[in-house]
Amino acid sequence: MFRNQYDTDVTTWSPAGRLFQVEYAMEAVKQGSAAIGLRSKTHVVLGCVNKANSELSSHQKKIFKVDDHIGVAIAGLTADGRVLSRYMRNECINYSFTYESPLPVGRLVVQLADKAQVCTQRSWKRPYGVGLLVAGLDESGAHLYYNCPSGNYFEYQAFAIGSRSQAAKTYLERRFENFTDSSRDDLVKDAITAIRETLQGETLKSSICTIAVVGVGEPFHVLDQGTVQQIIDTFEIAAEQEDPATEPDAATGQEAATEQGTAADQGGSTDEGAAPMDI
Amino acid sequence: MASSGFQADVKALQKHLAARHLIYQHQHNKQMSCPAMAQLLSNTLYYKRFFPYYSFNVLGGLDNEGKGCVFTYDAVGSYEKVGYSSQGSGSTLIMPFLDNQLKSPSPLLLPARDAVTPLAEAEAIDLVKTVFASASERDIYTGDKLEIVVINADGIRREYMDLRKD
Repeated sequence: MFRNQYDTDVTTWSPAGRLFQVEYAMEAVKQGSAAIGLRSKTHVVLGCVNKANSELSSHQKKIFKVDDHIGVAIAGLTADGRVLSRYMRNECINYSFTYESPLPVGRLVVQLADKAQVCTQRSWKRPYGVGLLVAGLDESGAHLYYNCPSGNYFEYQAFAIGSRSQAAKTYLERRFENFTDSSRDDLVKDAITAIRETLQGETLKSSICTIAVVGVGEPFHVLDQGTVQQIIDTFEIAAEQEDPATEPDAATGQEAATEQGTAADQGGSTDEGAAPMDI
Repeated sequence: MASSGFQADVKALQKHLAARHLIYQHQHNKQMSCPAMAQLLSNTLYYKRFFPYYSFNVLGGLDNEGKGCVFTYDAVGSYEKVGYSSQGSGSTLIMPFLDNQLKSPSPLLLPARDAVTPLAEAEAIDLVKTVFASASERDIYTGDKLEIVVINADGIRREYMDLRKD
């Protein structure tokens, strides 16, 4: 009720000591389509749900390569996210130019956080309405950070943001202790499963999600649809053969080798032309 | 890009172009074609028209169709697409030799062939080695080692050859 009196601009405190504009910005993040990230000791995987405005349009790009060793997934106002990724790319390029070495992820997220903080303390600006999951590799290992519109940042083992992310978070909370020692492929499978949790009933297809990986000896890149579809097929088949259990992944590991051959053919033909406007 | 001249300027120029290339790749999702980079290099050099990069460049690469191209520059960005070129110390010895081997005899009688050098890859590499070996004989600054970068549809490959050490 009293919120409406103190929420006109970002430079007004509420009597309870809150900045409502900043909190509204965090709300914008919760409205965006889901993005998840998880890391092991050597790899970080980012995933996001591709939401298109209508059947006629293409979906918005939510995962950006920042440098060979850093990538970012966003949720919220994608326009703000694009601008921030451009800033991050420039910072990485300038750092490499000056120091001939890759920008440590920890430094980048601090710069990003400071940039976000500025927008919470100027009356002529507004906070960025986007949450960023920054995945990166540096000398101290693999890292996953979450940058808020408030200017805070946190490091995570695994996290999910955006709409219906709570389902993914629950799934990740159950399994995160195993992630540190996971292999790269298991990490990707877990990412896709986490995304499936956010879809809540919708069929999981490679056109609906985007997965990107960065790791030791593996520069940041987005996995192509074919690869993602193959992985999806391996555990869809495994899930049908068991009881429709909540954790098909245990069996997936064993069945993956045998199923992948046959599943790939089936998956490829049924999903041809699933997303005509996919860029 | 092969450059001759003041090493610090050469290095700075290379780093500048590498950074610009990275930006291009982020924005366009593809590698720069050689003609695009050629224009960028020219603009970069002319930007410092009144305090130039002391760097004499030859740019080589593939265009959007996958065909090879060579561009030659002066220190302030004047450039031309050619079939072959040389810059730097020893170029006065090398250029006449390349003209002799690769330039078409008369542009009036035949269609001029020197826009695209009609050599196979192995022949071209051999020619480069010959040319540098010869230049090392008479030019005091040319010598020690030769690095050859071969760019084709399969990618980029490097070869090294020792030259006279004196």
